[in-house]
Amino acid sequence: MQCGVYSDSWLLVGTQKVRLTLSLHILHQSALAWARASAKCLNFNSMLILLPVCRNLLSFLRGTCLCCRRTMRKQLDRNLTFHKLVAYAIALFTAVHIIAHLCNFEWYNDSQQAADGSLSSILSNLHQDEESNKWLNPIHTNSTVTYVTFTTIPGLTGVIITLALILMVTSSMEFIRRSYFEVFWYTHHLFIIYFAGLVIHGIAGLVRGQTAESLNKHNPEHCAQDPRYWGGNNTDSHCEEPEFGSIPSWQWVLIPILLYVFERVLRFWRSRQRVVVTKAVVHPSKVLELQMHKKGFSMEVGQYIFINCPSVSHLEWHPFTLTSAPEEDFFSVHIRAAGDWTENLIDTFQMALEIEVDGPFGTASEDVFQYEVAMLVGAGIGVTPFASVLKSIWYKFQHADQRLKTKKIYFYWLCRDTGAFTWFNDLLASLEQEMEESGKTGFLNYRLFLTVWDNSVGQAAFNFDNDTDVVTGLKQKTAFGRPMWSNEFSAVATAHPRSVVGVFLCGPQALAKSLQKCCHQYSSLDPRKVKFYFNKENF
Amino acid sequence: MGRIEWAMWANEQALASGLILVTGGVVAVAAQFKGWPFAAYAIAAGVFVCLLEYPRGKRKKGSTMERCGQKYLTAVVKVFGPITRNYYVRAILHAALAVPAGFLLSTILGTACLGIASAIYLLAAIRGEEWNPIEQKPQERPQVGGGTIKQPPAMPPPRPPADTRKKPPAEVAGQENPIPVTIEAE
Repeated sequence: MQCGVYSDSWLLVGTQKVRLTLSLHILHQSALAWARASAKCLNFNSMLILLPVCRNLLSFLRGTCLCCRRTMRKQLDRNLTFHKLVAYAIALFTAVHIIAHLCNFEWYNDSQQAADGSLSSILSNLHQDEESNKWLNPIHTNSTVTYVTFTTIPGLTGVIITLALILMVTSSMEFIRRSYFEVFWYTHHLFIIYFAGLVIHGIAGLVRGQTAESLNKHNPEHCAQDPRYWGGNNTDSHCEEPEFGSIPSWQWVLIPILLYVFERVLRFWRSRQRVVVTKAVVHPSKVLELQMHKKGFSMEVGQYIFINCPSVSHLEWHPFTLTSAPEEDFFSVHIRAAGDWTENLIDTFQMALEIEVDGPFGTASEDVFQYEVAMLVGAGIGVTPFASVLKSIWYKFQHADQRLKTKKIYFYWLCRDTGAFTWFNDLLASLEQEMEESGKTGFLNYRLFLTVWDNSVGQAAFNFDNDTDVVTGLKQKTAFGRPMWSNEFSAVATAHPRSVVGVFLCGPQALAKSLQKCCHQYSSLDPRKVKFYFNKENF
Repeated sequence: MGRIEWAMWANEQALASGLILVTGGVVAVAAQFKGWPFAAYAIAAGVFVCLLEYPRGKRKKGSTMERCGQKYLTAVVKVFGPITRNYYVRAILHAALAVPAGFLLSTILGTACLGIASAIYLLAAIRGEEWNPIEQKPQERPQVGGGTIKQPPAMPPPRPPADTRKKPPAEVAGQENPIPVTIEAE
């Protein structure tokens, strides 16, 4: 699409609007086309970049698309990837635009200072003394390009918004974002300066085309032959002096800005609703469980919310997956200590916590119940969306809900240390019991993997005679090391040769790659046979 | 914002500035703008800054992601000892390098970005941060069990005492034979 916009813009400049810009073209060859084309792309991309971060809009679209095909909804999960791609495009086109204008300014300057009677010097001198706005060359007197840049509105705004863009890009590098979230979050708000500057940048109209009115009286192709005879009473060439005006550019970004403003207002309004913390528990390996209640709050399985704690930080909002099921009368999150904000939250939870909540927002886990067979893979804290799923299943069993499409679930939990298991022990233990009581022991097949080996774990491995696992106290034994995915996938494919299997992952990128590879490898080409669809959850 | 290491962000900013300086310089030199010797300087300064900033320093807390192939440059940067370790030196160096490029429009953006990087390095230096090289990890042992076990045990498992390990006597048969069996002597 980018190429389309770029080449379309180039064509527009190069052919259909050639007469408008022919005069400028004479002043600086093809650099103008580059600048105009990249400006159009920048407008287009700046319009697009705000849309993927309107979470409420996306949730709304997801909700209305329930009857749509699965693949369409999956695209909405990739909103952050799209946002990043558009950002890279903006950076690229900014570079092109700046380089083109550097050349333009340099050649404007050369034309201004040329004293000969060439076409370019005559064009430059047109309308310079008058108060009217009809000039072509923005460099009016004997000034340097740097002076013009910093004293004209487009020049100055251009520099400011480019600096804002560079700061935003360097603070959004993956390493900085993951390690020092606050730096990324606060610096990213420079986008306000970027958009304000962008709108002002195009309005001043430094790069001009010939006005349509003037085109009627002065045909560039014809009149370029002999510029000395322009204007005056010369009736032979029918060439009046040409007049120039500016080209509009703010209309592109108006609607997305309004949508985004509406989004932020909506988020603020939702956060104002009162939230009551009914229970707060700190589990081993520094995990805080918060159970909360908010009037009018309703959720789906696997959704996430944004939490703000004014006593820790007034401005920061952090996302957490909901670990409770929709059937419960409270909603809960499990927060792992992973940085400044989370550590401070865990330290202060003993005092009366005031919490603000925005959401819930939908992600891929909602789709689990649409698949006949589901493979759920969670790494460490990444098990949280699946906790919600499993709890919901437990409630559906209790109420003997026949609408459940899912017939079989394979659940894999990969963890580094045993302490992390305890917070879901209760859940898995009660699930085990529930399965036995309803006689559906085959429904949920779960396997826990301890991926790090040390001496204490080694002792546990010797107790294979016991009925229950010594690590977790559950009947299902803990396995050591990582799962061999090829074995798992072939086993599932053999057990369900004609099913559609949904594979859900909440975990690291490397694991996503190997699971995606297995999905492709074990999916059959025959549409009647087994098919694996991969869904990845990430923040 | 207690534990932010500003130097990490300053490093990204400085690396970006180096690239911008080089780009601006190349454009000005190629198109022979007025004052292009400044651009030639900017190219040299930009390359130097990129080489200096490419190896990422080690974080105080947590693991640090290395940039691709940075170990060769780490070895070079490490050699200069306190000059490259101290961030005050880097802040002043970047500020000084940025100034000459400010005289040409093509490279003035690089000046501004490098100036900002210098300011962030100054902040990092005030907070007592230092550049430490990322050392290479020792060679990993060959994988056992198809790569599923990350840290195999170094000691063999404890065995029960020797007398319980003796084999049972041969006369005790494992099963009842329905047909009499004769053992043919060798």
